[in-house]
Amino acid sequence: MAPPPDHRLPIKRAAISDQQRRREVALRLQADRRSDAQNRARQLASSVLSLGPEPATEPEVEPEQEMSEASGQLAGRSDLDPVRAARLRGPEVRKWFARQLMLPEWMVDVPPSLDRDWYVFPRPSGKRCFVVSSNGTTISRLRNGSILHRFPSNLPNGARTKDVSGPASSYSILDCIFHEPDETYYVIDMVCWRGYSLYDCTAEFRFFWLNSKLSETGASDPPSQYHRYRFNVVQIYECNLAGLQASYSGQVPYVKDGLLFFNKHAHYQAGNTPLALVWKDNVCSQYVLDTDSKGQIPSQQQVVLELQNDGNLTTSDDPPVALGSLSRDLIAQSGLRVGNLVRVAIKDERMRLVDGKLDLGELQLVGKTNHSRAFADTYSKVLFQHAARHAPLRIEDLVASIQSNSSMDNSQALDVEMEG
Amino acid sequence: MAMEITQVLLAAQSPDGQVRTAAESNLKQFQEQNLPHFLLSLSAELVNEQKPPESRRLAGILLKNSLDAKDSFRKEQLTKQWVTVDPAIKSQIKEALLTTLASQVSDARSTASQVIAKVASIEIPRKEWQDLIGKLLANMTTKETPASLKQATLQSLGYVCEEVSPSDLEQDQVNAILTAVVQGMNQAEHGFEVRLAAIRALYNALDFAQTNFENEMERNYIMKVVCETAVSKEPEIRQAAFECLVSVASIYYGVLEPYMQTLFNLTANSIRGDEEQVALQAIEFWSTVCDEEIAIQEECAGADEGNSVLHFRFVEKALHVLVPVLLETLLKQEEDQDQDDGMWNLSMAGGTCLGLVARTVGDAVVPLVMPFVQANITKSDWRSHEAATFAFGSILEGPSVEKLAPMVHNGLDFLLSAMKDPSSHVRDTTAWTLSRIFEILHSPSGTIIDQSNLPKIMTVLLESIRDVPNVAEKVCGAIYFLAQGYEDAGSASSVLTPYLGNIITALLSTADRADASSNRLWSSAYETLNEVVRCSNIPENANMIGQLLHEILKRLGQTMELEIVSTDDKERQSNLQALLCGVIQVIIQTLNGSEESLPVILQSADQMMVMFLRVFACHSSTVHEEAMLAIGALAYTTGQEFAKYMPEFYKYLERGLQNFEEYQVCSISVGVVGDICRAMDDKVLPYCDGIMSVLLKDLSNALLHRSVKPPIFSCFGDIALAIGEQFEKYLPFVIPMLQGAAELSTQIECTDEDTEEYVNQLRRGIFEAYSGILQGFKNAKADLMLPHAGHLLQFTEAVFKDKNRDEGVTKAAVAMLGDLADALGPNLKLLFKDCTFHAEFLGECFQSDDDQLRETATWTQGMIRRVLVS
Repeated sequence: MAPPPDHRLPIKRAAISDQQRRREVALRLQADRRSDAQNRARQLASSVLSLGPEPATEPEVEPEQEMSEASGQLAGRSDLDPVRAARLRGPEVRKWFARQLMLPEWMVDVPPSLDRDWYVFPRPSGKRCFVVSSNGTTISRLRNGSILHRFPSNLPNGARTKDVSGPASSYSILDCIFHEPDETYYVIDMVCWRGYSLYDCTAEFRFFWLNSKLSETGASDPPSQYHRYRFNVVQIYECNLAGLQASYSGQVPYVKDGLLFFNKHAHYQAGNTPLALVWKDNVCSQYVLDTDSKGQIPSQQQVVLELQNDGNLTTSDDPPVALGSLSRDLIAQSGLRVGNLVRVAIKDERMRLVDGKLDLGELQLVGKTNHSRAFADTYSKVLFQHAARHAPLRIEDLVASIQSNSSMDNSQALDVEMEG
Repeated sequence: MAMEITQVLLAAQSPDGQVRTAAESNLKQFQEQNLPHFLLSLSAELVNEQKPPESRRLAGILLKNSLDAKDSFRKEQLTKQWVTVDPAIKSQIKEALLTTLASQVSDARSTASQVIAKVASIEIPRKEWQDLIGKLLANMTTKETPASLKQATLQSLGYVCEEVSPSDLEQDQVNAILTAVVQGMNQAEHGFEVRLAAIRALYNALDFAQTNFENEMERNYIMKVVCETAVSKEPEIRQAAFECLVSVASIYYGVLEPYMQTLFNLTANSIRGDEEQVALQAIEFWSTVCDEEIAIQEECAGADEGNSVLHFRFVEKALHVLVPVLLETLLKQEEDQDQDDGMWNLSMAGGTCLGLVARTVGDAVVPLVMPFVQANITKSDWRSHEAATFAFGSILEGPSVEKLAPMVHNGLDFLLSAMKDPSSHVRDTTAWTLSRIFEILHSPSGTIIDQSNLPKIMTVLLESIRDVPNVAEKVCGAIYFLAQGYEDAGSASSVLTPYLGNIITALLSTADRADASSNRLWSSAYETLNEVVRCSNIPENANMIGQLLHEILKRLGQTMELEIVSTDDKERQSNLQALLCGVIQVIIQTLNGSEESLPVILQSADQMMVMFLRVFACHSSTVHEEAMLAIGALAYTTGQEFAKYMPEFYKYLERGLQNFEEYQVCSISVGVVGDICRAMDDKVLPYCDGIMSVLLKDLSNALLHRSVKPPIFSCFGDIALAIGEQFEKYLPFVIPMLQGAAELSTQIECTDEDTEEYVNQLRRGIFEAYSGILQGFKNAKADLMLPHAGHLLQFTEAVFKDKNRDEGVTKAAVAMLGDLADALGPNLKLLFKDCTFHAEFLGECFQSDDDQLRETATWTQGMIRRVLVS
């Protein structure tokens, strides 16, 4: 039988040709990953450092003022100098930083294989920040991106001293909590070291690296002229019974604020992640229940949410979760704008957990939040706070989960039931 | 050389292998020692009527092979060789060839006419052998020319037209050729052979007849003669005449209108009653008209009103009569209809044409076909049932979903029950129709498949996959497209979860079937498995896919134990390994999308790598490719851990990079280097000397397929980014390559879309290379790039001004500008002040809809401003 003419494909033929498809998919993935890798290099190495305030002698300015002042100056003068140019982008730098920290979710139920796959440690109470050292300066930035301190340190390239160990522009980035009482940075994670990115490394590796590298530099030494603040490593435990016990009730040199759990295999991931978890109760934290703007624990649970243009109020999760809405009239009355963070109170008896989804019922507007607040609450925080007021996840539950794991190997871990 | 070439030529065809080999090496030696003499001797042998036909034939073939080759590089070499041969010798050879056309031996004549065309293809574009056409035409106009010479002459003219481009012949030469050819078709004057040669020559000459077809009188005349020839008494001639009409429809669609009534009658009669080979061409005429009108519609779709493209809507106008003619052909299946892919007969051609008609006219075809479907589908004879199903399946692409959905809804149950029909023809076509329904009409948001009918569909498919191989293969297709409908559907893909285990089991046992005559069924089964894995909901099914991974690895292990005695066995083994590596690759890509499922791969990484290395040890290029792709995916997943595999893997990687003959393998290996660089970062350093030297060698190789060059450049960027300042030592080699390629990219003339795309890819690769180098050097060695900054800005400006620039290049160029400013900082202040295009370029990017591009442009703007105010 003669074959069909050239260019004429018989309509009835086996339709699958998967090989070319596999090739194309592989090429597309490669291209995407190349551009990811290059973009990461760009952001880390440049935006972080160079777009920030350039000279180390620049006087400290409060973030909120900085914004208005800068735009005022822009209107007055047309030419740009580097200092102000850098300052103009200040909010952008802050925004960028604000998105880089890995933010733990709140533990609302116990993850399976806690003892095998997780680390635990007592979280120091204080200000969470990113510390960047490079070009002879060390800068710490808060979660909202604003600068906490600018100072010399023993971190690599962290002070204008002779450092023979590498180029002056190579940078290091640490994830820290600044503990006011002893003016110490407690390092809880390492993101970059001497220009070497640890983003794509597992927590296991990052902690190993952190412990071995930090001590080499003398960053844990007591403060001195070229080393304004001390950097201390937090003791990290395997999340077995002993580790959990030590974290929960052991003595530490700092004020504890709950326990942090890190999944050993997780990479450093910007934003909220379920692979890092925070848990607390009254024993290991003074601040189990959220306070209001006056520092008091309100009688009803209050939640901070972001106002969207459809009137919905959402959490800071990605994607955001809408937990309620405000009427147009109310929005107009209270002078709120899209993007504002608002504090609302929940009438406890109205809040429900339906099919694992949260229903807040009727919301009562308390007011706008203060300016330094950068984010709405996360969904897991709302859940945790609610549970803390009603049926908290207890240390006994954590212990039980670990015990059941070790007694019945390979079986599914018990999820702790939550009641709404 | 007084060598007795006749004996050697005969010996080279001897059944005795030893004799043959000796003769072949003799000929080769002769050719290498004295090419002009060798060619001359061959032509002398060909022309000599005293010599045996066998030696003359081989002489002709060797001559042809000394002038032309499939491989374009070799062809270029041969052309150069011929051009340098002494003109006196060339002229003797050509004379001998022309003389051979008058030979009594038909083999010699026909070989000579082919060689003449090959010589012409070299010489006519160079404005040599200008009297060739004249000499050939003289054969036609001389009264006493024997028919055999006329036939050979027409053949030569046809081949010459096939070989040379229309722009290389003068219009008066074209006119003369057409006249000679059309005269040759005269039934009263010429016998069968001359007329057949004439109509075939006309087929090749149609491309040259542009001017003649623009002239109404000449066009009318040519069309009249062709239409008359289409009803000649000899079927071969009718077939050749319809082939001409097919070609006219494709080249001269715009002038067809006055002839359409005649052409419709001619083709319809032929489709209804002529011999199959002729009727097939008549159907092909309408398929070609459909092609043209589909292309016009696609072109107009994006264009404004008042488009100048002529669209006569011939298919729409002929629809009411054309569709019934085509439907009749569907009933003319062959009894022992071969189920192979290449099957081509009246019903297949008719169904194919009907499918094109549906794509051309859309909804309008439906009411004309459905009565046929309804009248025949319930008949008990297999022909009616199969034809009705085939008709329905053929019109699923083109008409709107709204039009088709109700009919598919009503018919689906019937189709499912027809999967148990006693006739395998019916079951085959039914399964194909189901797969078309799923392919074209099924989506998660659609209404074709829902919870009410999915269980039944799955039951039928999983049963029918055990049917005879050809039906089972179509069922695999149906499962493939059923799954594909849930791709990227998020949680909707959970719908398949309850069936996943059974689907996987069924596909695995299908891939094991011993009754498949070729490996097509296994291949369909495994490729369907790929789609099922891709569309399965992860992490919901991560464990099951993990088990599948173990099964596939086990099977890959078993392929190593297969007994290999013949090349067929070897091929079977290779194909199987390729398919299995493909499945592994898809599993890795699917599972590494989620943190929960990642450990499943990591646990098996060692085992996979061991298997891949064993596969490489079996040497097969296709396997090479699939295993490479899988390793790229694995490297991405394992990250730095991949370092432990490198010592073993490196030699195969190097082999892949060196395989420029199989450019796909080479290209994929280059991509894997990128994957590895990103996975290992500076741990890749010990291998970089080796990798870089192979890549640089590849780039200098004239035989390297051009499509591999852009990925190699991008790969330089990947390496530089991974090893940073250590890239310095490669700079003296890499920079000239990049600059050369940049220059080349501005010189290539973009005459077609392929070239345009290539230039874009090349430039993107160049920019990505520079980006990687600049970022890699930024902390320590940025100054090394300072001398090249001027060139880079000029190149970027040239690219900016190119109107064919695509988005990918734009992104890469803008990012590179930022990298340049970032890495070199204040050093570039003057350069950036002097060239101002970047402001305009960035302005363009800010207008883009692409978020990523705008973001990159913002960053670049920041970098450049920082330089400008420094």
